[in-house]
Amino acid sequence: MFRVLMVCLIMTLPFSSLAEVIHKERSLYRNILVEKTGDLLCLKFNEKTRKSTQSCMYKSEPKKLVFNYTKMTFASLLFIDNPKNVLIIGLGGGSLSNTIHELYPSAHIENVEIDPAVIKVARDYFSFVETDNVTSKVQDGRIFIKRAALKKQKYDWIILDAFNGDYIPEHLLTKEFFAEVKSVLADGGIVAANTFSSSKLYQHESATYFDVFGDFVNVVTDENSNRIILAGFETMPSQQQLAERVNKLANKLTPYDVDLQLLSEHLFYTKGNQDWPADTKVLTDQYSPANLLNYQ
Amino acid sequence: MNKINALIYFLAFSSGFCIMGIELLGGRILAPYFGSSVHIWGSIITVFMLSLSFGYLLGGKLSTRNPSLTKYGLIFFAASIMVVPIVLFAEPIMTFIFTHIEDSRYGSLLASTALFFIPTTILGMISPYSVRLLVTDHEKSGQVAGGLYFVSTLGSALGTIITSFYMVLAFDVNDIIKTFAAVLGALGLLAIAVSQLKTKERTVCLES
Repeated sequence: MFRVLMVCLIMTLPFSSLAEVIHKERSLYRNILVEKTGDLLCLKFNEKTRKSTQSCMYKSEPKKLVFNYTKMTFASLLFIDNPKNVLIIGLGGGSLSNTIHELYPSAHIENVEIDPAVIKVARDYFSFVETDNVTSKVQDGRIFIKRAALKKQKYDWIILDAFNGDYIPEHLLTKEFFAEVKSVLADGGIVAANTFSSSKLYQHESATYFDVFGDFVNVVTDENSNRIILAGFETMPSQQQLAERVNKLANKLTPYDVDLQLLSEHLFYTKGNQDWPADTKVLTDQYSPANLLNYQ
Repeated sequence: MNKINALIYFLAFSSGFCIMGIELLGGRILAPYFGSSVHIWGSIITVFMLSLSFGYLLGGKLSTRNPSLTKYGLIFFAASIMVVPIVLFAEPIMTFIFTHIEDSRYGSLLASTALFFIPTTILGMISPYSVRLLVTDHEKSGQVAGGLYFVSTLGSALGTIITSFYMVLAFDVNDIIKTFAAVLGALGLLAIAVSQLKTKERTVCLES
Protein backbone atom coordinates (compact mmCIF):
# COMPACT_ATOMS: atom_id res chain seq x y z
CA MET A 1 0.00 0.00 0.00
CA PHE A 2 2.75 2.38 1.01
CA ARG A 3 4.67 1.63 -2.17
CA VAL A 4 1.62 2.29 -4.31
CA LEU A 5 1.19 5.63 -2.60
CA MET A 6 4.83 6.49 -3.16
CA VAL A 7 4.58 5.62 -6.85
CA CYS A 8 1.47 7.78 -7.15
CA LEU A 9 3.21 10.65 -5.43
CA ILE A 10 6.27 10.41 -7.64
CA MET A 11 4.13 10.24 -10.76
CA THR A 12 2.25 13.40 -9.90
CA LEU A 13 5.42 15.36 -9.09
CA PRO A 14 6.31 16.51 -12.60
CA PHE A 15 2.75 17.74 -13.16
CA SER A 16 2.46 19.57 -9.89
CA SER A 17 5.70 21.40 -10.59
CA LEU A 18 4.22 22.58 -13.89
CA ALA A 19 0.84 23.73 -12.71
CA GLU A 20 0.46 24.92 -9.17
CA VAL A 21 -3.01 24.94 -7.66
CA ILE A 22 -3.27 28.18 -5.73
CA HIS A 23 -6.96 27.97 -4.85
CA LYS A 24 -9.50 25.21 -4.58
CA GLU A 25 -13.15 25.64 -3.91
CA ARG A 26 -16.21 23.47 -3.98
CA SER A 27 -19.21 25.46 -5.13
CA LEU A 28 -22.86 24.46 -5.37
CA TYR A 29 -22.29 23.40 -8.94
CA ARG A 30 -18.74 22.19 -9.30
CA ASN A 31 -15.19 22.15 -8.05
CA ILE A 32 -13.34 25.31 -8.89
CA LEU A 33 -9.57 25.49 -9.24
CA VAL A 34 -7.24 28.39 -9.79
CA GLU A 35 -4.02 27.11 -11.32
CA LYS A 36 -0.78 28.90 -11.96
CA THR A 37 1.54 27.67 -14.68
CA GLY A 38 4.49 30.00 -14.98
CA ASP A 39 3.04 33.33 -16.06
CA LEU A 40 -0.39 31.90 -16.80
CA LEU A 41 -3.20 31.97 -14.25
CA CYS A 42 -6.25 29.87 -15.09
CA LEU A 43 -9.72 29.25 -13.71
CA LYS A 44 -10.72 25.65 -14.16
CA PHE A 45 -13.75 23.55 -13.40
CA ASN A 46 -12.61 20.24 -12.08
CA GLU A 47 -14.26 16.88 -12.42
CA LYS A 48 -12.74 13.56 -11.51
CA THR A 49 -11.78 12.68 -15.05
CA ARG A 50 -11.05 16.04 -16.60
CA LYS A 51 -10.43 19.68 -16.10
CA SER A 52 -11.98 22.26 -18.34
CA THR A 53 -10.37 25.65 -18.51
CA GLN A 54 -12.80 28.53 -18.24
CA SER A 55 -10.62 31.58 -18.25
CA CYS A 56 -6.95 32.48 -18.16
CA MET A 57 -4.78 35.55 -17.83
CA TYR A 58 -1.09 36.36 -18.16
CA LYS A 59 0.09 37.70 -14.82
CA SER A 60 2.69 39.95 -16.45
CA GLU A 61 0.35 41.20 -19.19
CA PRO A 62 -3.14 41.16 -17.70
CA LYS A 63 -4.61 43.07 -20.64
CA LYS A 64 -3.67 40.46 -23.19
CA LEU A 65 -6.52 38.05 -23.85
CA VAL A 66 -5.50 34.40 -23.78
CA PHE A 67 -8.30 32.54 -25.54
CA ASN A 68 -9.13 32.70 -29.16
CA TYR A 69 -12.87 32.69 -28.54
CA THR A 70 -12.62 35.66 -26.19
CA LYS A 71 -10.78 37.54 -28.89
CA MET A 72 -13.33 36.43 -31.49
CA THR A 73 -16.13 37.93 -29.40
CA PHE A 74 -14.76 41.36 -30.29
CA ALA A 75 -15.79 40.81 -33.91
CA SER A 76 -19.06 42.23 -32.51
CA LEU A 77 -17.45 45.67 -32.73
CA LEU A 78 -17.52 45.39 -36.51
CA PHE A 79 -21.30 45.67 -36.18
CA ILE A 80 -21.92 48.23 -33.42
CA ASP A 81 -20.68 51.66 -32.43
CA ASN A 82 -19.96 52.59 -28.86
CA PRO A 83 -21.96 50.04 -26.91
CA LYS A 84 -23.61 51.75 -23.95
CA ASN A 85 -25.43 48.88 -22.30
CA VAL A 86 -23.72 45.53 -22.28
CA LEU A 87 -25.08 42.29 -20.86
CA ILE A 88 -22.77 39.34 -20.27
CA ILE A 89 -24.30 35.97 -19.37
CA GLY A 90 -21.58 33.79 -17.83
CA LEU A 91 -18.73 35.57 -16.05
CA GLY A 92 -15.79 33.14 -15.99
CA GLY A 93 -12.73 35.08 -14.85
CA GLY A 94 -14.35 38.35 -15.93
CA SER A 95 -11.88 39.04 -18.76
CA LEU A 96 -14.61 40.09 -21.22
CA SER A 97 -16.11 42.48 -18.70
CA ASN A 98 -12.72 43.97 -17.79
CA THR A 99 -11.73 44.47 -21.42
CA ILE A 100 -15.03 46.07 -22.42
CA HIS A 101 -14.85 48.33 -19.37
CA GLU A 102 -11.37 49.50 -20.39
CA LEU A 103 -12.43 50.06 -23.98
CA TYR A 104 -15.64 51.88 -23.06
CA PRO A 105 -15.28 53.25 -19.50
CA SER A 106 -18.72 54.87 -19.53
CA ALA A 107 -20.58 51.77 -20.74
CA HIS A 108 -22.91 50.01 -18.30
CA ILE A 109 -21.92 46.37 -18.05
CA GLU A 110 -24.10 43.82 -16.28
CA ASN A 111 -22.56 40.42 -15.63
CA VAL A 112 -24.88 37.55 -14.80
CA GLU A 113 -23.37 34.41 -13.32
CA ILE A 114 -25.20 31.49 -11.75
CA ASP A 115 -22.36 30.44 -9.44
CA PRO A 116 -21.47 32.88 -6.62
CA ALA A 117 -18.14 31.10 -6.14
CA VAL A 118 -17.12 31.98 -9.70
CA ILE A 119 -17.74 35.68 -9.01
CA LYS A 120 -15.69 35.47 -5.84
CA VAL A 121 -12.77 33.79 -7.59
CA ALA A 122 -12.92 36.33 -10.45
CA ARG A 123 -12.66 39.14 -7.87
CA ASP A 124 -9.95 37.53 -5.77
CA TYR A 125 -7.67 36.12 -8.45
CA PHE A 126 -8.51 37.64 -11.84
CA SER A 127 -8.80 41.33 -10.94
CA PHE A 128 -12.44 41.42 -12.00
CA VAL A 129 -13.33 45.12 -11.85
CA GLU A 130 -16.66 46.22 -10.40
CA THR A 131 -17.75 49.85 -10.31
CA ASP A 132 -21.03 51.75 -10.35
CA ASN A 133 -21.13 50.97 -14.05
CA VAL A 134 -19.92 47.41 -13.92
CA THR A 135 -22.05 45.08 -11.84
CA SER A 136 -22.46 41.38 -11.30
CA LYS A 137 -25.50 39.43 -10.25
CA VAL A 138 -25.91 35.84 -9.10
CA GLN A 139 -28.76 34.52 -11.19
CA ASP A 140 -29.68 32.03 -13.87
CA GLY A 141 -29.28 33.83 -17.21
CA ARG A 142 -32.72 32.80 -18.39
CA ILE A 143 -34.43 34.34 -15.36
CA PHE A 144 -32.37 37.52 -15.63
CA ILE A 145 -33.35 38.08 -19.25
CA LYS A 146 -37.02 37.27 -18.61
CA ARG A 147 -37.10 39.87 -15.81
CA ALA A 148 -35.15 42.37 -17.92
CA ALA A 149 -37.80 41.97 -20.63
CA LEU A 150 -40.57 42.65 -18.10
CA LYS A 151 -38.75 45.82 -17.05
CA LYS A 152 -38.38 46.74 -20.72
CA GLN A 153 -34.60 46.98 -20.43
CA LYS A 154 -32.55 47.11 -23.63
CA TYR A 155 -28.95 46.16 -24.29
CA ASP A 156 -26.96 46.94 -27.36
CA TRP A 157 -24.41 44.21 -26.84
CA ILE A 158 -25.51 40.88 -25.38
CA ILE A 159 -22.81 38.27 -24.89
CA LEU A 160 -23.89 34.70 -24.22
CA ASP A 161 -21.04 32.74 -22.70
CA ALA A 162 -22.64 30.27 -20.32
CA PHE A 163 -21.48 26.97 -21.80
CA ASN A 164 -18.56 25.23 -20.21
CA GLY A 165 -17.26 22.88 -22.85
CA ASP A 166 -18.97 19.70 -21.77
CA TYR A 167 -22.18 20.82 -20.13
CA ILE A 168 -24.81 22.95 -21.81
CA PRO A 169 -27.60 24.62 -19.85
CA GLU A 170 -30.31 23.37 -22.20
CA HIS A 171 -32.78 26.13 -21.39
CA LEU A 172 -30.27 28.66 -22.76
CA LEU A 173 -30.31 27.11 -26.21
CA THR A 174 -33.96 27.23 -27.22
CA LYS A 175 -36.05 29.22 -29.63
CA GLU A 176 -38.03 30.71 -26.73
CA PHE A 177 -34.85 31.83 -24.97
CA PHE A 178 -33.47 33.48 -28.10
CA ALA A 179 -36.80 35.26 -28.58
CA GLU A 180 -36.46 36.62 -25.03
CA VAL A 181 -32.89 37.70 -25.80
CA LYS A 182 -34.14 39.42 -28.95
CA SER A 183 -36.78 41.26 -26.93
CA VAL A 184 -34.10 42.94 -24.78
CA LEU A 185 -31.85 43.74 -27.73
CA ALA A 186 -31.78 47.46 -28.55
CA ASP A 187 -32.24 48.68 -32.13
CA GLY A 188 -28.94 48.29 -33.91
CA GLY A 189 -27.66 46.02 -31.15
CA ILE A 190 -25.94 42.68 -31.49
CA VAL A 191 -25.92 39.27 -29.81
CA ALA A 192 -22.60 37.42 -29.61
CA ALA A 193 -22.73 33.79 -28.53
CA ASN A 194 -19.71 31.68 -27.78
CA THR A 195 -20.68 28.22 -28.82
CA PHE A 196 -19.97 24.92 -30.50
CA SER A 197 -18.67 24.16 -33.92
CA SER A 198 -18.85 20.38 -33.96
CA SER A 199 -21.26 17.49 -33.36
CA LYS A 200 -24.86 17.17 -34.40
CA LEU A 201 -25.74 20.03 -32.11
CA TYR A 202 -24.10 22.46 -34.57
CA GLN A 203 -26.94 22.04 -37.06
CA HIS A 204 -29.69 22.25 -34.47
CA GLU A 205 -28.16 25.33 -32.94
CA SER A 206 -27.76 27.05 -36.31
CA ALA A 207 -31.34 26.23 -37.26
CA THR A 208 -32.57 27.64 -33.94
CA TYR A 209 -30.64 30.92 -34.32
CA PHE A 210 -31.87 31.22 -37.89
CA ASP A 211 -35.46 30.64 -36.81
CA VAL A 212 -35.34 33.57 -34.37
CA PHE A 213 -32.84 36.03 -35.86
CA GLY A 214 -32.78 35.19 -39.56
CA ASP A 215 -29.40 35.07 -41.25
CA PHE A 216 -26.46 35.42 -38.90
CA VAL A 217 -22.66 35.42 -38.98
CA ASN A 218 -20.32 32.67 -37.81
CA VAL A 219 -16.91 33.83 -36.71
CA VAL A 220 -14.50 30.93 -37.07
CA THR A 221 -10.76 31.49 -37.22
CA ASP A 222 -9.50 27.96 -37.00
CA GLU A 223 -10.96 24.57 -37.71
CA ASN A 224 -11.20 22.98 -34.30
CA SER A 225 -11.97 25.95 -32.17
CA ASN A 226 -15.33 27.30 -31.05
CA ARG A 227 -17.43 29.55 -33.15
CA ILE A 228 -18.89 32.88 -32.23
CA ILE A 229 -22.36 33.49 -33.56
CA LEU A 230 -23.19 37.12 -34.25
CA ALA A 231 -26.91 37.68 -34.63
CA GLY A 232 -29.60 40.30 -34.36
CA PHE A 233 -28.08 42.89 -36.72
CA GLU A 234 -30.32 44.34 -39.41
CA THR A 235 -28.02 44.47 -42.42
CA MET A 236 -24.69 42.87 -43.09
CA PRO A 237 -22.01 45.61 -43.25
CA SER A 238 -20.39 46.04 -46.65
CA GLN A 239 -16.69 45.33 -47.22
CA GLN A 240 -16.07 49.07 -47.18
CA GLN A 241 -17.90 49.57 -43.88
CA LEU A 242 -15.97 46.69 -42.34
CA ALA A 243 -12.68 48.18 -43.53
CA GLU A 244 -13.61 51.54 -42.02
CA ARG A 245 -14.36 49.96 -38.66
CA VAL A 246 -11.14 47.99 -38.71
CA ASN A 247 -9.24 51.22 -39.38
CA LYS A 248 -11.00 53.01 -36.59
CA LEU A 249 -10.69 50.33 -33.93
CA ALA A 250 -7.72 48.11 -34.78
CA ASN A 251 -5.15 50.06 -32.75
CA LYS A 252 -7.45 50.30 -29.78
CA LEU A 253 -7.74 46.51 -29.71
CA THR A 254 -4.09 45.63 -30.26
CA PRO A 255 -3.12 45.75 -26.55
CA TYR A 256 -5.67 42.99 -25.95
CA ASP A 257 -4.13 40.88 -28.69
CA VAL A 258 -7.28 41.13 -30.76
CA ASP A 259 -6.58 41.29 -34.48
CA LEU A 260 -9.69 42.98 -35.84
CA GLN A 261 -8.41 42.83 -39.41
CA LEU A 262 -8.06 39.05 -39.13
CA LEU A 263 -11.50 38.74 -37.57
CA SER A 264 -13.06 40.81 -40.35
CA GLU A 265 -11.74 38.24 -42.82
CA HIS A 266 -13.35 35.36 -40.93
CA LEU A 267 -16.99 36.36 -40.90
CA PHE A 268 -19.13 33.72 -42.54
CA TYR A 269 -22.56 35.08 -43.39
CA THR A 270 -25.24 32.40 -43.61
CA LYS A 271 -27.24 34.16 -46.33
CA GLY A 272 -27.16 31.88 -49.37
CA ASN A 273 -24.70 29.78 -47.43
CA GLN A 274 -26.63 27.76 -44.91
CA ASP A 275 -24.51 24.84 -43.79
CA TRP A 276 -27.29 22.90 -42.09
CA PRO A 277 -30.02 20.75 -43.63
CA ALA A 278 -33.27 22.67 -44.21
CA ASP A 279 -35.29 20.13 -42.23
CA THR A 280 -33.13 20.37 -39.06
CA LYS A 281 -35.31 20.34 -35.97
CA VAL A 282 -35.31 23.65 -34.11
CA LEU A 283 -34.53 23.44 -30.37
CA THR A 284 -37.44 24.60 -28.21
CA ASP A 285 -38.39 24.53 -24.53
CA GLN A 286 -40.34 21.41 -25.49
CA TYR A 287 -37.49 19.78 -27.39
CA SER A 288 -34.07 20.57 -26.07
CA PRO A 289 -31.79 17.55 -25.60
CA ALA A 290 -28.70 19.67 -26.31
CA ASN A 291 -26.38 17.64 -24.08
CA LEU A 292 -27.46 14.38 -25.69
CA LEU A 293 -27.16 15.84 -29.21
CA ASN A 294 -23.66 17.00 -28.40
CA TYR A 295 -22.53 13.39 -28.23
CA GLN A 296 -24.09 12.36 -31.52
CA MET B 1 -50.27 -16.12 -9.85
CA ASN B 2 -53.72 -15.54 -11.27
CA LYS B 3 -54.38 -13.17 -14.15
CA ILE B 4 -55.98 -10.46 -12.02
CA ASN B 5 -52.93 -10.32 -9.75
CA ALA B 6 -50.62 -10.13 -12.78
CA LEU B 7 -52.71 -7.21 -14.03
CA ILE B 8 -52.35 -5.40 -10.68
CA TYR B 9 -48.58 -5.85 -10.69
CA PHE B 10 -48.44 -4.59 -14.25
CA LEU B 11 -50.51 -1.54 -13.38
CA ALA B 12 -48.34 -0.76 -10.36
CA PHE B 13 -45.27 -1.06 -12.58
CA SER B 14 -46.76 1.35 -15.10
CA SER B 15 -47.74 3.91 -12.49
CA GLY B 16 -44.16 3.87 -11.15
CA PHE B 17 -42.92 4.41 -14.69
CA CYS B 18 -45.23 7.38 -15.29
CA ILE B 19 -44.55 9.06 -11.93
CA MET B 20 -40.80 9.22 -12.47
CA GLY B 21 -41.14 10.09 -16.14
CA ILE B 22 -43.27 13.09 -15.18
CA GLU B 23 -40.97 14.07 -12.30
CA LEU B 24 -38.00 14.06 -14.63
CA LEU B 25 -39.76 16.22 -17.20
CA GLY B 26 -40.74 18.58 -14.38
CA GLY B 27 -37.19 19.95 -14.42
CA ARG B 28 -37.50 20.73 -18.11
CA ILE B 29 -40.92 22.35 -17.64
CA LEU B 30 -39.77 24.67 -14.83
CA ALA B 31 -36.37 25.64 -16.31
CA PRO B 32 -37.58 28.38 -18.70
CA TYR B 33 -39.13 30.27 -15.79
CA PHE B 34 -37.09 29.32 -12.76
CA GLY B 35 -33.73 28.30 -14.19
CA SER B 36 -31.71 25.17 -13.64
CA SER B 37 -30.15 25.92 -10.27
CA VAL B 38 -29.99 23.24 -7.59
CA HIS B 39 -33.14 24.54 -5.93
CA ILE B 40 -35.25 23.56 -8.94
CA TRP B 41 -34.62 19.89 -8.21
CA GLY B 42 -35.11 20.65 -4.52
CA SER B 43 -38.58 21.98 -5.31
CA ILE B 44 -39.56 19.16 -7.61
CA ILE B 45 -38.35 16.33 -5.40
CA THR B 46 -39.94 17.91 -2.31
CA VAL B 47 -43.32 18.23 -4.00
CA PHE B 48 -43.24 14.71 -5.42
CA MET B 49 -42.24 13.16 -2.10
CA LEU B 50 -44.81 15.18 -0.21
CA SER B 51 -47.64 14.37 -2.59
CA LEU B 52 -46.71 10.69 -2.75
CA SER B 53 -46.78 10.54 1.04
CA PHE B 54 -50.28 12.04 1.14
CA GLY B 55 -51.27 9.67 -1.65
CA TYR B 56 -50.11 6.68 0.39
CA LEU B 57 -52.27 7.80 3.31
CA LEU B 58 -55.32 8.42 1.16
CA GLY B 59 -54.89 5.22 -0.83
CA GLY B 60 -54.55 3.18 2.35
CA LYS B 61 -57.66 4.77 3.81
CA LEU B 62 -59.66 4.27 0.63
CA SER B 63 -58.66 0.60 0.44
CA THR B 64 -60.51 -0.15 3.70
CA ARG B 65 -63.93 0.60 2.17
CA ASN B 66 -65.11 -2.17 -0.16
CA PRO B 67 -61.93 -2.44 -2.21
CA SER B 68 -62.54 -3.39 -5.81
CA LEU B 69 -60.75 -3.55 -9.11
CA THR B 70 -63.23 -1.00 -10.47
CA LYS B 71 -62.27 1.57 -7.86
CA TYR B 72 -58.63 0.76 -8.52
CA GLY B 73 -59.17 1.48 -12.20
CA LEU B 74 -60.91 4.72 -11.31
CA ILE B 75 -57.77 5.92 -9.46
CA PHE B 76 -55.80 5.45 -12.67
CA PHE B 77 -58.50 7.19 -14.63
CA ALA B 78 -58.48 10.16 -12.22
CA ALA B 79 -54.67 10.36 -12.41
CA SER B 80 -54.87 10.38 -16.18
CA ILE B 81 -57.26 13.34 -16.17
CA MET B 82 -55.26 15.29 -13.58
CA VAL B 83 -52.01 14.93 -15.55
CA VAL B 84 -53.51 16.77 -18.52
CA PRO B 85 -53.47 20.27 -16.89
CA ILE B 86 -49.65 20.01 -16.76
CA VAL B 87 -49.75 20.19 -20.55
CA LEU B 88 -52.57 22.70 -20.85
CA PHE B 89 -51.90 25.23 -18.10
CA ALA B 90 -48.20 25.06 -17.24
CA GLU B 91 -47.37 28.25 -19.16
CA PRO B 92 -50.04 30.59 -17.75
CA ILE B 93 -49.53 29.22 -14.23
CA MET B 94 -45.76 29.71 -14.40
CA THR B 95 -46.08 33.15 -16.01
CA PHE B 96 -48.38 34.22 -13.18
CA ILE B 97 -46.04 32.92 -10.47
CA PHE B 98 -42.97 34.36 -12.22
CA THR B 99 -44.45 37.85 -12.31
CA HIS B 100 -45.60 37.72 -8.67
CA ILE B 101 -42.68 36.04 -6.92
CA GLU B 102 -39.15 37.40 -7.34
CA ASP B 103 -37.30 34.64 -5.51
CA SER B 104 -37.00 31.68 -7.88
CA ARG B 105 -36.71 29.23 -4.97
CA TYR B 106 -40.25 29.90 -3.76
CA GLY B 107 -41.45 30.50 -7.29
CA SER B 108 -40.33 27.05 -8.38
CA LEU B 109 -41.71 25.45 -5.21
CA LEU B 110 -45.12 27.01 -5.79
CA ALA B 111 -45.14 26.23 -9.51
CA SER B 112 -44.13 22.67 -8.84
CA THR B 113 -46.92 22.36 -6.25
CA ALA B 114 -49.50 23.84 -8.60
CA LEU B 115 -48.55 21.53 -11.45
CA PHE B 116 -47.68 18.25 -9.79
CA PHE B 117 -49.29 17.99 -6.36
CA ILE B 118 -52.71 16.66 -7.35
CA PRO B 119 -51.70 14.15 -10.04
CA THR B 120 -48.84 12.78 -7.95
CA THR B 121 -51.06 12.44 -4.86
CA ILE B 122 -53.51 10.38 -6.89
CA LEU B 123 -50.69 8.28 -8.34
CA GLY B 124 -49.42 7.74 -4.79
CA MET B 125 -52.75 6.11 -3.86
CA ILE B 126 -52.02 3.24 -6.20
CA SER B 127 -49.36 1.41 -4.14
CA PRO B 128 -51.31 0.85 -0.89
CA TYR B 129 -54.46 0.07 -2.86
CA SER B 130 -52.55 -2.54 -4.89
CA VAL B 131 -51.35 -4.18 -1.68
CA ARG B 132 -54.93 -4.35 -0.38
CA LEU B 133 -56.13 -6.02 -3.58
CA LEU B 134 -53.29 -8.51 -3.64
CA VAL B 135 -53.23 -9.59 0.00
CA THR B 136 -55.57 -12.50 0.67
CA ASP B 137 -53.52 -14.19 3.31
CA HIS B 138 -52.21 -11.89 6.04
CA GLU B 139 -49.20 -14.12 6.65
CA LYS B 140 -48.04 -13.30 3.15
CA SER B 141 -48.74 -9.57 3.42
CA GLY B 142 -45.08 -8.66 3.84
CA GLN B 143 -44.11 -10.72 0.86
CA VAL B 144 -46.85 -9.19 -1.26
CA ALA B 145 -45.86 -5.66 -0.22
CA GLY B 146 -42.21 -6.44 -1.00
CA GLY B 147 -43.09 -7.77 -4.42
CA LEU B 148 -45.22 -4.75 -5.12
CA TYR B 149 -42.55 -2.24 -4.08
CA PHE B 150 -40.12 -4.19 -6.24
CA VAL B 151 -42.33 -3.96 -9.29
CA SER B 152 -43.37 -0.32 -8.88
CA THR B 153 -39.86 0.90 -8.05
CA LEU B 154 -38.50 -1.04 -11.00
CA GLY B 155 -41.08 0.81 -13.09
CA SER B 156 -39.84 4.09 -11.61
CA ALA B 157 -36.24 3.27 -12.49
CA LEU B 158 -37.14 2.37 -16.06
CA GLY B 159 -39.38 5.43 -16.39
CA THR B 160 -36.49 7.62 -15.33
CA ILE B 161 -33.88 6.15 -17.64
CA ILE B 162 -36.05 5.69 -20.71
CA THR B 163 -37.46 9.20 -20.46
CA SER B 164 -34.13 10.91 -19.89
CA PHE B 165 -31.96 8.84 -22.22
CA TYR B 166 -34.26 8.30 -25.17
CA MET B 167 -37.67 9.93 -25.13
CA VAL B 168 -36.43 13.51 -24.83
CA LEU B 169 -34.33 12.95 -27.97
CA ALA B 170 -37.33 11.91 -30.00
CA PHE B 171 -40.36 13.77 -28.67
CA ASP B 172 -41.57 17.08 -27.24
CA VAL B 173 -42.02 17.25 -23.47
CA ASN B 174 -45.78 17.80 -23.77
CA ASP B 175 -46.20 14.86 -26.14
CA ILE B 176 -44.44 12.56 -23.67
CA ILE B 177 -46.68 13.76 -20.84
CA LYS B 178 -49.80 13.35 -22.97
CA THR B 179 -48.68 9.80 -23.70
CA PHE B 180 -48.29 9.10 -19.97
CA ALA B 181 -51.80 10.47 -19.42
CA ALA B 182 -53.20 8.32 -22.22
CA VAL B 183 -51.45 5.20 -20.91
CA LEU B 184 -52.77 5.79 -17.37
CA GLY B 185 -56.29 6.33 -18.72
CA ALA B 186 -56.13 3.20 -20.88
CA LEU B 187 -54.87 1.10 -17.97
CA GLY B 188 -57.67 2.45 -15.76
CA LEU B 189 -60.24 1.47 -18.36
CA LEU B 190 -58.62 -1.96 -18.69
CA ALA B 191 -58.89 -2.54 -14.94
CA ILE B 192 -62.54 -1.46 -14.93
CA ALA B 193 -63.35 -3.65 -17.96
CA VAL B 194 -61.68 -6.69 -16.40
CA SER B 195 -63.51 -6.07 -13.16
CA GLN B 196 -66.88 -5.89 -14.96
CA LEU B 197 -66.15 -9.09 -16.89
CA LYS B 198 -65.28 -10.85 -13.67
CA THR B 199 -68.54 -9.84 -11.97
CA LYS B 200 -70.47 -10.95 -15.05
CA GLU B 201 -68.70 -14.33 -15.02
CA ARG B 202 -69.54 -14.71 -11.36
CA THR B 203 -73.22 -13.91 -11.90
CA VAL B 204 -73.34 -16.35 -14.80
CA CYS B 205 -71.79 -19.04 -12.59
CA LEU B 206 -74.27 -18.34 -9.81
CA GLU B 207 -77.27 -18.40 -12.18
CA SER B 208 -76.29 -21.71 -13.70
